[in-house]
Amino acid sequence: MSVDVSLTALAAILAVPAGGAVLLAAIPRYRISAALNVACCAITLAGAATLYAHRPRPSLYLLVDDVNTVFLIVGALVGFTTSFFSAGYIAHELETHRLKPRDLRFYHAMYQLLMFAMNLALVANNIGLMWVAIELATLTTVLMVGIYRTNAALEAAWKYFILGSVGIALALFGTILVYLAAEERLGQGMAAMAWDHLVARSGSFDPALLNLSFVFLLLGYGTKVGLAPVHAWLPDAHAEGPTPISAVLSGLLLNVALFALLRFKLIMAGNARVLSPGPMMVTMGLVSLVFAGFMIFRRRDIKRMFAYSSIEHMGIITLAFGLGGPLASFAGLLHMTMHSLTKSAIFFGVGYVSQLEGTQRIADIRGLTQSQPLLGWLLVIGVAAIAGLPPFGVFTSEFLLVTSTFARVPWLAVLLGLGLIIAFSALALRLHGLAFGETDKRHVLPAWRLAPMIVHLALVAAAGIYLPGTVITWFRHVAQLLG
Amino acid sequence: MTPLDTDIAHLLAGSMVLVSFLLLYQDRMFALLNFFAIHACVLALSVGWQAYLQRAPHLFITALIALLFKAVIIPVALHRIVVRLGIHRAIETVVGTGPTMLIGIGLVALSIVVMLPVTTSEGAFAREDLAFALSVVLLGFMMMITRRNAVSQVIGFMSLENGLVLAATGARGMPLVVEISVGFSILIAFLVVGIFLFRIRERCDTVDLQALDMSRGESPGESA
Repeated sequence: MSVDVSLTALAAILAVPAGGAVLLAAIPRYRISAALNVACCAITLAGAATLYAHRPRPSLYLLVDDVNTVFLIVGALVGFTTSFFSAGYIAHELETHRLKPRDLRFYHAMYQLLMFAMNLALVANNIGLMWVAIELATLTTVLMVGIYRTNAALEAAWKYFILGSVGIALALFGTILVYLAAEERLGQGMAAMAWDHLVARSGSFDPALLNLSFVFLLLGYGTKVGLAPVHAWLPDAHAEGPTPISAVLSGLLLNVALFALLRFKLIMAGNARVLSPGPMMVTMGLVSLVFAGFMIFRRRDIKRMFAYSSIEHMGIITLAFGLGGPLASFAGLLHMTMHSLTKSAIFFGVGYVSQLEGTQRIADIRGLTQSQPLLGWLLVIGVAAIAGLPPFGVFTSEFLLVTSTFARVPWLAVLLGLGLIIAFSALALRLHGLAFGETDKRHVLPAWRLAPMIVHLALVAAAGIYLPGTVITWFRHVAQLLG
Repeated sequence: MTPLDTDIAHLLAGSMVLVSFLLLYQDRMFALLNFFAIHACVLALSVGWQAYLQRAPHLFITALIALLFKAVIIPVALHRIVVRLGIHRAIETVVGTGPTMLIGIGLVALSIVVMLPVTTSEGAFAREDLAFALSVVLLGFMMMITRRNAVSQVIGFMSLENGLVLAATGARGMPLVVEISVGFSILIAFLVVGIFLFRIRERCDTVDLQALDMSRGESPGESA
């Protein structure tokens, strides 16, 4: 019985988005397709939640374990709320003629294809299959970033495409090297690409090949994570694409790329003779954190600003996983979850703001708490949460990370704290202009459209005040697996 | 495997590096497309030879994909796009030909220095093959960086992918999934590019990316 349930759940997270993409490409009415989009995402979420309790047996292609269920559930949740937000968002884009009905068919099909690709990347056991899925996810997002067809959108999409392809190419070369290292011990064929086989036997692999492969994989998948210095595509892609895509990029796709990196980190961890991957990840994470913190100061575009904030937070998460150990990995995992929820909530808010104000320029947006009080205050709460103020969940994870770093590598904790403060002050400075001040404008926005934002922020606040015991046990277990 | 077999494999892989160099200094769009077709042909030969050596018939499919898709269909399609967009004249490069070639030689040296010591446990055959493949990949990167024009960047990207296919076939018994997916993703990637080229043309009458750089939302002239 339980096998049936698990297979159904697996079908729900893979076949439903794939089938949904085909169906949505054929439906011309945008109201129906928007509703169908939400329904597909709801089924995916239900499937992901079921996989937590019922796991299918691992095969050479697919594997559901403790680690990827966290990513799956967070991803499916954000995917679902974003589809809800997207329904209202695109209706407005249609009214203002920024998008045509034909574009929307394409948009919805791509949205489901992206969900499919990300779920496939997460449950793939075969490192080649994982690579294909991440490439597919990249291509779908490239197409969606360019959907407005303005010069800026095309440039952003082109830049994303070129840099993403280069990253993906590096990652494939790294994958081939891992296969070469494994082939000597596991023999030719599928077994030498199955991740669970690789982890079990990586102790006997040639260390020099593994070292070289990890450098390629770190740079390649690191590009997709948006780590400095290979982050250049990220702010443009966030700023010029439709806002639901910015939310999905920040909340999901960056996590998926990070997950791929973690899979390979575990292969490295099984071999005592290789370089430790930790310091490399810590360095890239720290550079991203400090760099992005400074970049937030100078932004003029509101979506671009929050894109840099995503780079900052992916830096923090990479640093946490690079540092390793039960506490830091726990902090990294919690921070990843909290960042996904908070950042997508912020992008929902920013999407409404840019639609209501008709601009993304920070200088032109003033006094949001007066012109649309609920939206304005939600945005204030969201920014306070992402900046790491208590009582939100981001504060909990950052606090855990700083204390565990301080206990082990004090000088690193100083740099980490410095980076956090820079980013905090930059966000606080910008927020003041956005949210407060006098304005004559009054905007109307039905409260139900803010529901996804409220749900996310409520979850983040709840996690900061009281984290349920089951979640703590679950995350602690996963953190132990991640090493 | 006789020494002659290995020599032929090396000859073919080495020719790919050579054609990559030829791609680097082309300054005419049509010549660039022709040399890319040759690049793909050499890849097809190399993959076909590997298929024969490894007794792996599925690799012939990869060779066929390289031959039909990359050596014929894509160059012909790009040829048409170039004609339609009227960009067949000189290609603007960021770095001059001389320095480009010197850096290219440096990259090949780098890939040999990196790959040969690392793969000592592999057979001599796979080692050199990988070094060649990495050279082709790096030269492809180089081309993407030094060209401003969208079409030649795409060519650079595809020559890079050719290097990846060379590496994948050099790795013994690597499952078919990967080769087909590589071919498939190139197809998708190409569709994307095709659509983009038309859209870019539609909007601002140029596929020169420098013109697009101007449209970034953060240019200083726009300051608050």
